[in-house]
Amino acid sequence: MTTSMAVHEVRQAAAPAATGAVRRRRLPFSAWHLLLAPLSLGFALPLVWLLLSSVMSNAEINRFPPALWPHGIHLDGYRYVLGNAMFPRWFANSFIVAGTAVVSNLLLGALGGYAFARMRFAGSRLLLGLMLATMVIPFQLTMIPTFLVMKELGLIDTLGALIVPSLVTPFAVFLFRQFFLALPREIEEAAWIDGCSRLRVLFSIVMPLARPALATVAVLTFLATWNDLSWPLIAINHDTQYTLQLGLTTFQGLHHTKWSAVMAGNLITVLPVLLAFLLAQKTFIQSLTSSGLKG
Amino acid sequence: MSQLPRAVTLAPADHLKVTPPRASRRRARRESTTAWAFISPSVVVILGLSIVPVVWSLLLSFRADDLVTPGRWVGLDNYRALAQDPNFHTAVSNTLVYAALYVPLSLVGGLALALALNRRIKFIGLYRTLIFIPFVVSAAAQGVLFSFILDPEFGVANSLLHKLGISPQGFLSDPGQALFLLVIISLWSGVGFCVIVYLAALQDVPPELVESARLDGAGRWRVLRHITLPTLTPVTVFLVLWQLIAALQVFDLVYVTTKGGPLGSTTVIVYFVWEQAFQMFTAGYGASAAYVLALALLLAGAALHLHRRHQNRTEGAAR
Repeated sequence: MTTSMAVHEVRQAAAPAATGAVRRRRLPFSAWHLLLAPLSLGFALPLVWLLLSSVMSNAEINRFPPALWPHGIHLDGYRYVLGNAMFPRWFANSFIVAGTAVVSNLLLGALGGYAFARMRFAGSRLLLGLMLATMVIPFQLTMIPTFLVMKELGLIDTLGALIVPSLVTPFAVFLFRQFFLALPREIEEAAWIDGCSRLRVLFSIVMPLARPALATVAVLTFLATWNDLSWPLIAINHDTQYTLQLGLTTFQGLHHTKWSAVMAGNLITVLPVLLAFLLAQKTFIQSLTSSGLKG
Repeated sequence: MSQLPRAVTLAPADHLKVTPPRASRRRARRESTTAWAFISPSVVVILGLSIVPVVWSLLLSFRADDLVTPGRWVGLDNYRALAQDPNFHTAVSNTLVYAALYVPLSLVGGLALALALNRRIKFIGLYRTLIFIPFVVSAAAQGVLFSFILDPEFGVANSLLHKLGISPQGFLSDPGQALFLLVIISLWSGVGFCVIVYLAALQDVPPELVESARLDGAGRWRVLRHITLPTLTPVTVFLVLWQLIAALQVFDLVYVTTKGGPLGSTTVIVYFVWEQAFQMFTAGYGASAAYVLALALLLAGAALHLHRRHQNRTEGAAR
C-alpha cells in the first residue's frame, strides 16, 4: 500500500505557501501525523479485522470474548468457501456481468457520445435531453416494471437480466460526448476528406485520444455493477445465477455461525475492487471527482 | 438538455460552423442514418428501461397487482392507504432521521478530513488511501462485516467494550441503536467521497488570496471562514444534494444487516417498496410508495438545478 495518492500534488507544488510554510516546528515531524495516523488507521481497522478473522480457526472466532489476533493462519474458511460453497461460480458470474457491462458501456457509450458530439441529425437535442433526464429517475421507481420487462423477455433468473439493464448508461454516453466535444475537429476532418468512414475515424483516430474518458467510464461502471446488490436480489432466484454480492449475503444468512468462512467469502468479494483501486488509484480518484464536480 | 448539470466545459458550437450550401444535402442524409445507427442501441436500452418503467410504475400505482395474476384498477386507493399505513409512516420517518444524520455528518466530517489531508507531509498519500478505501467496499460487504463486528455474542465490538468495563450492547438487534449504527457504518464508507471531492475543490482556493490574508494578519480560522469556505460553497451544495439523494435511497445495507428490523426500527422507504412488491406481492402499493419518494427526490433535483442556474448566472456576471 505504498502507492502514493499523487492526484493533487502538481497543483499543490505550485502553491507551497498555501499550507504551513511559515509554521514553526517543535517536533521532529509534523504535528499533523499525531492526528492523521490514528485516524487513518481507524478507518482501515474494520478491513484489517476482516482479513484477520478470515484466517482464524473456528475455535478462535467462536470464543467469548473473541480472540483479537489469530494464532497462526488457518485457511479453513477459505477451503470451505472455495470447496463446498458456490463462491467460484458466483465470482465468475459477477465477473461476466461486470466485464460485459464495462466493455459494452465503452463501446455503446462511445458510439452514442460520438454521434451526439459530431453528427447532425433530426431530434438529437431532444434525444440527448431525454437521456439526461433519465439519470435522475430513482431506481426504486423503475425496479418493479424493469422486473416485469425482464420477465417478458424471459431473462429473469439468468445473467441476461443483470446484463441488459447495464449495457449502457446515460452517464457513459454523456461523458463521451463531453470529451469528444473538447477534442479538436481538425484531425478527424482530414480523415473524412481522405474518405474514411465515421466508424473508422472513431475507432482509429478518436478512441486512442479518449483514454481518460475510457478509464473513467470503465472504473465507474465496474464499481457500480460489481458492488450492486439490489437488482440481482430482485432479478435472480436460483443460486447458480447469483452474483458475489447476492451470494455473500445469502451465505451469511445460512451459515450464521461459520464466521471465518463468511469473512473469507467477504474478503473474496471485496478483493477485486480493492486491488483495482490500489493499482489504479489515480484513475479512481479522478473519475470520482470528475463525476462529482462536473457531472 | 438544460435540465441537468453540465459536464466538463465546452458548449456545442455547431451553430457557428458554416456548412457549405447544397454540397452536403446527400451527405447530411447519410450522416443522419449513420448517427441513428450509432445511437440506437443506447436509445433502446436507456429510454426503454427508464421511460417505459416510469409510466408503467405510475399505472401500477393505481392498481392492485401482485405481478402474477391480472390486477384491477383501484384509482387513488393505494395512495389513500399509504397515508394511513403506520408502517409507511415509520419508513418515512426512519428515512428522514437517517438522512438528517448522514448528510450533515458526512459533509462536516468530509470537510474536516479534507482540510487535515490537504498538506504535503510524509505518508500523506497513505493517509488519504486509508481514509478513502472504505468507499469502494460494497454495501453488502460492509453489512456482512459489521454484522460480525457488532454481533452481540461473537462480535469484537462487545469484547472491546467488555475490556473497558462496559456492559455488552445489543447493537443491531437493539431497536434503539440499530438505525444510528447504520448511519455510522454508512459514514465509514460514505465520508470518503466527500473527502475526495472537497480535496479536489480545495486546490481551487486561490493561494495568493490566502497568502495576502495571512500577511494582513488573518489567523487560520479567519482564512478558513472568509476565504476557504466561500470558495467551497458550490461544491458543498452539490454534495448536500448528492448525499441526500443517496441517503433517501438507502437499501442494500439495511437488507444485509437488519432486514428492516428490529421491530421496524430500520425500515426505510426503499426497503418498504421492495418488501411490498417482492415479498408481500402488493406491487401496486409498492409502486405508489416509490412514487411518493420519487416526488421528494424530484424536488431535491429541482433545487439543485435552480441553484446551479442561479450560480452560473452570477458567475457569468462576475466574469
